[in-house]
Amino acid sequence: MTSPAAAAAPRLTTGGRPTAIPKSRPATPRERLSSLTTHIALIVFSVIAFLPFFSMFLVSLYPADQPAVGIALPRELNFGNYARAWDVTNFATLMTSSAIVALVVVPLGTILCILTGYAFGAMRFPGRNLLFFTFLFGLLMPFEATIVPLYYDLRAFGLVNTYAGLILPETALFLSFGTFWMRAHFLSTPRALVEAARIDGANSWQTLWRVLLPSAWPAITTMMVLFFIWSWNEFLLALVLMTDKSVQTAPAGLGLFIGEHTKDSSGLAAAAVLMSIPCLIVYVVLQRHFIRGVTSGSVKG
Amino acid sequence: MVLNTAVLPPQAPASIAPAARRRGRSRGTAPGEPRLVAYLYLVPALLMVVVFVLLPVLHTVYLSLVKWDGVTAATFVGLGNYVDILTDPQLRALFLHSLELVFFFAVLPISLGLLITALLSRRAVRGMTFYRSILFLPQVVSMVVIAVAWQWIYAQDGVANQLLGLIGLDRGIAWLGDFTWALPAIGIVGAWLSTGLCMVLFLSGVQKIDTSLYEAARLDGANAWQEFRHITLPGLRAEIAVALTLTVVGALKSFDVVYLLTKGGPGTSTAVPGYEIFARAFGRGEAGSAASLAVVLTVIIFVVSIAISRFSKEPEV
Repeated sequence: MTSPAAAAAPRLTTGGRPTAIPKSRPATPRERLSSLTTHIALIVFSVIAFLPFFSMFLVSLYPADQPAVGIALPRELNFGNYARAWDVTNFATLMTSSAIVALVVVPLGTILCILTGYAFGAMRFPGRNLLFFTFLFGLLMPFEATIVPLYYDLRAFGLVNTYAGLILPETALFLSFGTFWMRAHFLSTPRALVEAARIDGANSWQTLWRVLLPSAWPAITTMMVLFFIWSWNEFLLALVLMTDKSVQTAPAGLGLFIGEHTKDSSGLAAAAVLMSIPCLIVYVVLQRHFIRGVTSGSVKG
Repeated sequence: MVLNTAVLPPQAPASIAPAARRRGRSRGTAPGEPRLVAYLYLVPALLMVVVFVLLPVLHTVYLSLVKWDGVTAATFVGLGNYVDILTDPQLRALFLHSLELVFFFAVLPISLGLLITALLSRRAVRGMTFYRSILFLPQVVSMVVIAVAWQWIYAQDGVANQLLGLIGLDRGIAWLGDFTWALPAIGIVGAWLSTGLCMVLFLSGVQKIDTSLYEAARLDGANAWQEFRHITLPGLRAEIAVALTLTVVGALKSFDVVYLLTKGGPGTSTAVPGYEIFARAFGRGEAGSAASLAVVLTVIIFVVSIAISRFSKEPEV
């Protein structure tokens, strides 16, 4: 997304009149009114976006005998729900599985996509368009298109209910986006940089890691943030490929829990809050990257 | 293809690339430029894509031509499963439900986002970073968490009825268990999910439109509608395409939200292709039928995405 300064830039160059420059004069009453309505609208929609999470957080603090009815403050704070949710849902196992999957999918996907993005973005070779379309196919394809045979084929190879059985297909499905993303990045780096490195005697491997990578970190970080959040939240694949409780990831485990134990609303709410914490931390720290990635219009699976 | 380079701000000038490529082709590659080594960089990823994406897709196409319960031998039925999709009213209903979700997931949020963008100030908003982080929150958390939060909102004594009660309309409906209301209720979750995204996209997009265009329009006596129709709307073409792609495709392939909130029920009133593929393949032993639904769904998504990317490139009218 653009910073306000970047957004103002075209006005400075094309507007030409001092009135077009923001902050160069006090706002007129009409502008002040319009700015006020803007804020009111943004506040209203922010409240709507936040309300469901807020009410869930409140429920997670309810004492055992308070039913989850509408939005109401907890009569007294009960952090015991969190301890109970942790035990009942076997949450330590769920979170560990999710962490193992994410911690393999993210680096593996990232490295593979740096390589493919580099090949497609900075090199010329026969058949590159055809190969690129092979990758693009997965960008639009819904996961539903592969899930049925994926389950039966992985089962035939004994890979259902193993970490590899979720990690490999998940990574493969993220490669399309990553390849597209890194290719766009490497296409935007000046060719002169690559050519200068080659003239200095660097081979393609050295050019990638020593010359191109240092300036590629913002793009790589964005991709990693998306990979992490997609992997952590992946539902369909995890639900189908990990049915055993010992390897189930948090979304799949909790998803099944919703159906079975809807009575314990505060425990469920607490589990949902716990499950979101890793993503929220990544989001709070690397928010700009996440928003930039999502608004690029890429569809995941 | 569908990705819109126009909205990938800091990485922008993708347009340089084709030019460079053309130049390269006419001159031939520079001496010493690596060519074949490129394949080495592609091999690991390509292998994974072939094994875990392309072969399964071909396998899905094969399965769509058979009747198979997942255990015993499959029997070849040709296009029988596809004929079922066209003739069986229950299967056709899946796609009609999808269409209804497209309205809620895509049409509603985008219209709302455009309306707000048209009404609001086009100047940079102070504190936008803060609003943006809140408006984007629904995109960050798992659908499981969203489902947990919304199932209470829709409960008989939940927030939805509480709010309706304020205007005297609380009829005590259990929204997700109601034949009429369950699908719109799921749709509203989708609308809630996309509205913030669309607002952020459009509000930041509108700031990139040259303000002198608006000034010129005002001098020419254009009214607010004409300004919106001839300046704002064309100026937001790239952002609208991104929003359409994300939300329409999201609606078409929706599985999580249906599985978590209603499991297709009550009856089959909220069953959509994504959910039915799962239910048929892994619940009811109809893997062939599930595969044919997957093929149809994939084709629809491809056609729709390509149509949207065409629209985004169309010259301004």
